[in-house]
Order: sequence, then structure tokens, then C-alpha cells
Amino acid sequence: MNASLRWLNDFLGRNASADEVRDILTARAATVESVAPVRADLTEIVIGRVVEAGRHPDAEKLWLTRVDAGGGELLQVVCGAPHVEVGTSYPFAPVGATLPGGVTIEKKKIRGQLSNGMLCSARELGLGSDHTGILALQTDAAPGTRFLDATDAGDVRFEIDVLPNRPDLLSHEGLARELAAALGSELRPWTLSVASSAPSDRSAGPVPAPNAVEREGTTDGVRVRIEDADGCPRYVGTVIRGVTIGPSPSWLAERLEAAGVRSINNVVDVTNFMLHGFGQPMHAFDLARLGGEVVIRSSAAAERLQTLDGVDRALPPGTTVIAGAEHAQAIAGVIGGAGSEVTEATKDIFLETALFNPKRVRATRRALGVSTDASYRFERHVDHQQVAARASVAAGLIVALAGGHVAAPGVDVRAGSEESPVVALRPDRVARVLGEDIGTAEMVRLLASVGFEPRDATDGSGVLSVAVPSWRSDAREEIDLIEEVARLHGYDSFSSELRPFRPTTVPDDPMVALERRLRGALVGAGLLEARPMPFVAGASDERLRLRNPLAENEAYLRESLLDGLVRAAEHNLSHMARSVRLFEIGTVFRASGEPRPTERRHVGVLLMGHAEPQHFTNASPRSFDPWDIKWLAELVAKTAFPPRDVRFNISDSDGEIVAPVSRILWKIALDGQSLGAVSLLQLDAPVWASPAYAFELDVTNAEVAARHVEYGSLPVTPVAEIDLALLVPDGVTAEEVQKVIRDQAGDVLESVALFDEFRGPGLEPGVRSLAWRLTFRHPDRTLRDREIEARKEKLISALARELGVRARTG
Amino acid sequence: MTVEELLARADTVQAEGLALIAAASTRSELDAARTAVLGRKSGRLTALLAELPALAPDARRPAGAVVNRAKATLEAALAAREEELAATARVTQLPRDLTLPARERWQGAMHPVTRVIEEVSDIFRELGFTIALGPEAETEWYNFGSLNFPPDHPVMDLHDTLYLASGSAGEQGEMLLRTHTSPVQIRVMQQHAPPIRVLAPGNVYRHDPFDPSHAPMFAQIEGLAVDEGISFVDLKATLTRFAERFFGTGRTRFRPSYFPFTEPSAEMDVECGVCSGFGCPTCKQSGWVEILGSGMVHPDVFTAAGVDPERYTGWAFGMGPARIALARHGIPDIRLLYESDMRFLGQFR
Repeated sequence: MNASLRWLNDFLGRNASADEVRDILTARAATVESVAPVRADLTEIVIGRVVEAGRHPDAEKLWLTRVDAGGGELLQVVCGAPHVEVGTSYPFAPVGATLPGGVTIEKKKIRGQLSNGMLCSARELGLGSDHTGILALQTDAAPGTRFLDATDAGDVRFEIDVLPNRPDLLSHEGLARELAAALGSELRPWTLSVASSAPSDRSAGPVPAPNAVEREGTTDGVRVRIEDADGCPRYVGTVIRGVTIGPSPSWLAERLEAAGVRSINNVVDVTNFMLHGFGQPMHAFDLARLGGEVVIRSSAAAERLQTLDGVDRALPPGTTVIAGAEHAQAIAGVIGGAGSEVTEATKDIFLETALFNPKRVRATRRALGVSTDASYRFERHVDHQQVAARASVAAGLIVALAGGHVAAPGVDVRAGSEESPVVALRPDRVARVLGEDIGTAEMVRLLASVGFEPRDATDGSGVLSVAVPSWRSDAREEIDLIEEVARLHGYDSFSSELRPFRPTTVPDDPMVALERRLRGALVGAGLLEARPMPFVAGASDERLRLRNPLAENEAYLRESLLDGLVRAAEHNLSHMARSVRLFEIGTVFRASGEPRPTERRHVGVLLMGHAEPQHFTNASPRSFDPWDIKWLAELVAKTAFPPRDVRFNISDSDGEIVAPVSRILWKIALDGQSLGAVSLLQLDAPVWASPAYAFELDVTNAEVAARHVEYGSLPVTPVAEIDLALLVPDGVTAEEVQKVIRDQAGDVLESVALFDEFRGPGLEPGVRSLAWRLTFRHPDRTLRDREIEARKEKLISALARELGVRARTG
Repeated sequence: MTVEELLARADTVQAEGLALIAAASTRSELDAARTAVLGRKSGRLTALLAELPALAPDARRPAGAVVNRAKATLEAALAAREEELAATARVTQLPRDLTLPARERWQGAMHPVTRVIEEVSDIFRELGFTIALGPEAETEWYNFGSLNFPPDHPVMDLHDTLYLASGSAGEQGEMLLRTHTSPVQIRVMQQHAPPIRVLAPGNVYRHDPFDPSHAPMFAQIEGLAVDEGISFVDLKATLTRFAERFFGTGRTRFRPSYFPFTEPSAEMDVECGVCSGFGCPTCKQSGWVEILGSGMVHPDVFTAAGVDPERYTGWAFGMGPARIALARHGIPDIRLLYESDMRFLGQFR
């Protein structure tokens, strides 16, 4: 909603400042998003007072003046006006200022005399057509004051964010009601003389009140009938004959323009004035096009209408239309038809002032994809008691501005009724919800200040009966009135003192702590966290599709985090990233037997490129390899499932591989249940890129209880270490060898670690050398060399027997 | 050799030996000095010791004491010098150019939005809140109906919704991607009796195409406090305390707002941190920055969740950590949050 300061002040009967209006509305009613001078093109114009004036020595029609423009020294200015009055203030454009026409004032010589600026006429400032002389100002403002600040040419436009539940604020009257309540003044009834003192605007004479009828009636020979009672509960028609279509007077054009509405002609401008002034959308038809009949009905099958915006529209079935004798002439509450538009040739007018069903208007507006100032208000609610009165005001204004006459009372056709409720309000409940007792008398005063009518209940209970005004469709329950009291009392008036509270009964969701641990571990490992979009181009099940996707390549919910990580890696590669280290902890979806998909929390990690930053001691850092990703996968698995035996099984079935996985390295499982996999990825990568590795792990069922750690006593006996270099035939895995070592070495084996793998010269084909370091320790005594040697012998013979593994000699 | 001669030689050998040791500037020079003085074959002090047996028996003992003292002195000097040289050697192993760069490790970083969520969570934990989570795919009832959204109301225009094609969940309505974290309010109240103080961070979805200030998915943080005697004053107090802690300013402003599930509803602004309230482009000249929406839980929401609205009152709020992240880091375009660009994410270490 755009509002004009002067228009608001018309209703307030005083000159509230722009800052006052902004602060009051924002604190109490609706946020003012911006405040800007309507005539921003005049911001550089200042007040200049002529201190000396004499004839130009070389030009008899020019004046040579000295002007005080607030700069400290007097400026010599040449002026061509017929009269210049010493001691009078004029609008002054200093050197460097740009006039509304685009001319920039320069310091220049005029007939040999230097001129440092320009005294302006009304027309030069776009303030009217008078250019017979410079604009003498009645102002006490000091020279140098901004012209906009010193004169009422400076109307101000507010951009106001009106909330969906407050349609009453979608008009100047409604906004002014809130301002008046805050300023402790009354709302001034609007009359033409408030806005205009120009004698050329004929006074708006009284227009007879319309006659109320049920369903159908006639005014000045025009039959008006409501057929679609659901779509239109009330319709007031007024006939004005003999108008002269022409431009609007400046007060009207200026107010509309200040509110961001283009002035069209005197009749259309009056309807817009009613909409923006009072919140009542109206429509003026050219009576000659209606064929003597107005029917409010549902659209017929395949009915079409060319609307005011020039678009030929197919009307959706069930659209409420305003039809003439032959066909639809307007779409109710949304937009008029081009065929019955008021033009310069229009003589007689049929003026519509109506109520339309908000839901029906909303449905039509959505179906047609056209939103107007009228539909915006009808969708939200229009004051249901003021319809007839608004019709009379508008008809009077049209007669005043465009001539013509209202020969017969209008017709007020009713097909439904709306009552505003009376709501009970318990003062003690107000205090409980708001936390402060502001007193019943104050509540009554606040509610009454914006039109509610609170009365004490007759039963002595202290409960108030509050009649809701017709423009407040949002107030229907006690809580609505409590909000009203809080708002009018001022949110900032309430205490912000922290009071004691009882502890919550809700335990922490255990996933929160787990995710914190996982995130800490991965960040600590040098990875960056990503939060990508969860939409993908396809899924294994159509139930994961969105009914209304934003784009076809984002039409499905993801089942895996890998797609997002791969897209992220490709994005980084396109920016020449030499090292990509990303992780995400996020939700993935699975289709279920129910309409609701299953949601799982997954951890995904992607590594590619440099495993370490470059350093002068290491000019070519190594690239990430499977062992890096395996460690991270183990780290995450151990964090999520601390005491459990998470298995990393070598994958042998390549059949189930789907992009972006090119090869599964290990499948991660717990108790036979798959938790995820570590994979080599295929992605769209430049030739210099190294392989990308990733893993994804389902942590939904993680062991979220804090891990129990049992202290192990520190050893007091020395260790004995032996190295075991083994020749391992292909087909035997390191894991198998290590299992035999563990089985044979006995309890005194403290740890076993692989420290070398070697193939090549000196070894026969089909055999590799693997070397382990075994650490032995007895808890109570020092182990003897003999004992270790014996175990080693036993180990080697077991390895030879069970796996064909031999000790490497020499 | 007489005793006198021997004692004089001992003084000389000691003095010369100490000079030799002091002059040794490397390990090998020190070894040479050791050999020259104490060497088994040609050490000068060793030679003196060899002279002792030739002395008169009653002179042997005092002379031996003197020579042995000289030997001990020299050995101590050798040990001390050796330690000095070793220390010097350790120092000189350092590189000559100490301006060379450090050997770095890769440093990880949390996403800036996660950081905001964590910081906000920490502050609310101190204010007695626990963390609750809820599903991202929801029914119409949880997302709208239970939260008092009027059907066909203009407020629905603010919740352009992404629906799933998986079909209707019966009386619960269609499946959709939650447009806010407020459904978690209902779920928590269905599962737990008051007193309730929970925070619910999570992703929410809107049918909004990407542009510099909109994304189809973004994070939200919901808060809910329910108990007997909870009031608008508690709402203001708690949220103001949060603002003090998070933004470092207690200057807050509460404006009327509208959410179907709270009444009275209030928007909380904090004083603009860029201009300290004077007005600047960041705050659109208003001096204030909008932080969160809040309000007293609507009685109809309590009823929908099975909580007695006459006995209990409560307040709730919702805020957008992505917007806060954009503002606090000066990030110009929300899309940067979702691109997973290493150069971007790496800035938030």
C-alpha cells in the first residue's frame, strides 16, 4: 500500500510529519518500508531570499539580483521574471542542481553579468503551468532550507507493508484512523473542501441515498439484478447522466500520483480516489454500452471478455461477472471490460459500488493470473456497512468534477448480509496472556480509539462485550481483541524482564548431539561443510516426485547425498579447485508404502585432489587415495556406532552400481544391515583431475548415547617387538593374514600393525611382501626372548599351513 | 723431577688445558683437546700422573691430590664445553630463512548457516531450551490446518508450497514439503506435556525460484515455550535476551505482525549493527534489521495439538539463519550458500 502524507493529513486535520506517521504506523499497525519525497526531482531546490534587485545594466527585461541561499555569501543571480520583490523568498536552483526537465544549472554570464543559479517559476519545477513569473513563497523558512521541507509541494510517499489480516489499512482513511488514535485526535470526515479550495471544483452537492431492494431493482431506467448471490452479496448501482470527461483537478491528480496511481480522467480518478481513500473499489461503466440492464451472474460456458488491459480472456467456469443486456462487461472485483470503458465520448455513467465474495475473487484472480488494486482489497475484505454511503460520496464527487446529475436514487441490491460480531473479552485473560494488567478502563479506551464499542456486561462479571466495527473482519474471537489491546497499548510498553521458568519436559533430540560430534570430527579432518539443494532429476520411485517442481531437472527428492556432492565437486573443478573436501549431513528420502516418504539422516563425504596443501618442502602434494576416504568412513562409523562392529566388506557385485558411483570399494554394514558404501565416483572432470572418492553412511539409527569408556590400566612391564616380513600369494588378503596372526599370537599380543607392502624386483610373480610389526607385552612380567621366538615360529608355521604364506628371508 | 717441579707443571698443564678446551669451537676440536690433555698415550696430564710413582713416598700423596684435582677440573671443563657445543649445534640446525611459510594442514569449516544455528542453539540452551527435530515432508494438516491457516486466505500466498506426488494422507490432506518449522510445535505438544521449552532448527521449502534473496530450500529455527502463566512479557524478555547475546545489542523493537498460529504476533527488529541505528543501505535507512517473527500461541493451535488453551499459554518464534548469515558476513547473494564452492566455504573457518 502506497500512501500520501497530505492525503493522510486530510483525514487527520493536522500536519503530522512524515517521521511521526512512519513511527506510529510501524509501532502500532503496519510496517512502513520506505519514506520518500514524491518529488524527489526537487530535492536540490532550496529557499532563496532576494536581498537586492536592480535592472540588468545591459538588458532592460532582465533583473540583476543578489540572493541569500544560505551559503553565507550573497550570490549574484540574473533573472528574467517581470517582477522580483526584495525580501521575498523564491525557489532557487543553485549551480549544479538539476531541474525536473533535466536541465542542470551552470554558472554562466548572461549579457555580461555572472549568474550563480536560478530563481524558478512554478512550471520550471513541474508544479503547474504558471510561467508568468517566479514563484513567490509564503514561508518563514531560512534561506538554504530544502524547498521540499519548507513548502507543501513536498508530499511524501510511504510504502506500507499491510498484513494480510488488516484490509482496513489498505486505505488512507484506515491508516489515518490508527494515526488519529495514537495522536489522541478524531478522524476528520472527508469532504471536498478538505482537499480543494479551488473555486473551479464545484461543490459536491448531496446525492440521494440509494434504495435498498432484495435481489433486483431499477434505477433511472437501468434494471440491476443479482443472480450469483454467493459471488455478490451486495451491489449498489448509481446512474449519472450528462458528464463531461476531462482531466482531474490538480488536488486529485496529485494525491493519486503521490499514492502511485496514474491520473486518467475525472471519472476514473474518482473511482481510484475512493479505492485508495476509503478502501472501496468501484467501477464506472459507460452506461450506453450496457443495454439498460446490469446482471451479476456466473460466467456462461466458453464466455470471453476483453479486459481493460487489452487482453482477450476466456472466463473460467463459475467466474462472477457483471453483464449488460447482452454479454459480460466486467469480471467482478478483478477488472473491467474494454467494451464498457469510460472514454472521452462517454456521456452517461453507471457507477458500481459492490461487495464480492473474497474467496471467489481470490479464485478468479488466481485462475486468470491478474491481480489489481480492486482484487487485492476484495480478496481481503471490504467494509460491508459503508457500501451505500461510499456510492453517494463518489457520485457527488463525479458530479462536482465532471458535471452531470443523478436524476434518481441509486439502487442498493442485496442478496446476502454480513453482521459484525459482539465478542466477549475477559480483562483477567488479557492480563494473563500479556503478562501485565493494564486495567479495564484503559482497555476500553484503547479499543474505542479505533472504533470498537466495548460495554460492561450487565451481569457484573467484569467481562466486556465488544462490538466489532464493520471494517475489522479480522476481529472475531477474544484473542483478536487481546492482540488489539496489546498493539494499541504499544508492544514496546511491555516489560522485557526475564521471569523464572520451569524446566522443559522435552529431552534433546539425540540426533542433535550426534550431528554435532560428526560435524566436529569432519571439520577437524579438514573438510568443508556443504548444504546443497535436495532436488534431483530422477529417483527410483515415482512417489518421490514433486507434483509442482520448480524445474524438470529438480523434480525429485534425493535418495542419496552423492548427487549433490558430485555436482558440488564439478562446480569446484570448473573453478580449478585442486583439492575438493566436502561433507554434508542431511536428509534423504525413500518411498514407503504410505504417502509419507521415509526420511533418513545421512553423512556424505567427497574427497578429490591434493591431500595436503602445497608447501616448499613438498612441491607436489600427493592426491587423496582410497585409504584417506576409508579412514574418514571409519571415523564417522566409529563416531556414530562407537562400540559396535561396523564391517567394511569388499564389494564384489558390480551389478547394482548407479551413477555417480563408478565402483564400490567397500560396503559398510552393521549386524548384516547395510549402512552405506565407500565408492570411487565418476564425474564430469577435466583431464588434470585426480580420482574422486566418496562415502555415504546412514546414521539414523546411530548409538546416540554417549560412549562409555572403561579405563585400562597403564602397563608397567616392557614391550617386545618383532617385525614379520611375509611373502603373501595373490588371493590371500591382508585381513586373512592378520586374523591368523591374532589367533596364533595369544593374549600377550598387544598390537599388530601393517607397515609395508611391496611387489616387484626380487619377488616372484604372483607374490607380494607384507610386513607387520607385532608388539607383545605380558601384564605382570618381562617376556623372554625365547618365548617371543617360539611364538614367531608357531605363527609362521600356522601361516604357511593355513594360507601358504612364507616368511621372507634375507 | 722434584715435587716442586711437578706441582708447577700441573699448574701449567691445567691452565693450558683449560685454554685449549675453551678454544675448541667444534666437536672434533674438543676431542683433540681431550686427547692432548687426558689422552691415554700422549695426554699431558696423563704424563704427569705417570711421574707420581717416581716421587719420594711421603711426597706422593700431596702431589697426587694436586694432580688429580687438576684432572677433575679439566674433565669438568670438557663436559661443560661439550654441553655448550651441543647446544650451539642444536641452534644452528634451524633454517637460515625464517620467513619461509609454515607447513599447513587442510582446515575444515562448518557451513555459515550451521554456525548460526549452533550459536543460536547455544544461547537458547542457556535459557532452558532443548532441541527438537521433525520431518521435512509433512501433511497439509501439520503444516497448515493445525496451525490455524484459513483455507483460501491471502496469507497462503506467502507459503507457496511444493507438494509431493505420493498421494493424499487421508484426513491429513496432501503430502508436502514443510514451508516452515512450525509443524514441529504441534508434534512436540502432541508428545510432551508442558512445561515445554524447545528449539527446532531444520530445512523448509518454498516454491520460490532461486534469485539473490530467495531459495526454494532454506533453514529455519523455530522456538516454542508453553506453560501455565507464560505471557507476552516472557516472549519479549527471552527474545531480547537472545538478541543481546547474539547481536551484542539489547536495542530491540517489536512491531505488530500477523501469523495465523500466533496472536498477538510480533516482528522483532534489532538495531542495525552497520550504522548503529542511524540508517544505512543495510537497514534500508530504518536503523533496524528484521530478525524474527514471534507471537503468543493461538488458542486454536493449542486445541489442535491437544493442549488446554484455558490452562496453558505459550509463545513461539521463527527465524531464518540464512538471512542472519548473509547479514553478518555481508554475503550479497543467497545462492552462494548452496553452491558448495570451496573458495566460499573455506572463508568461514
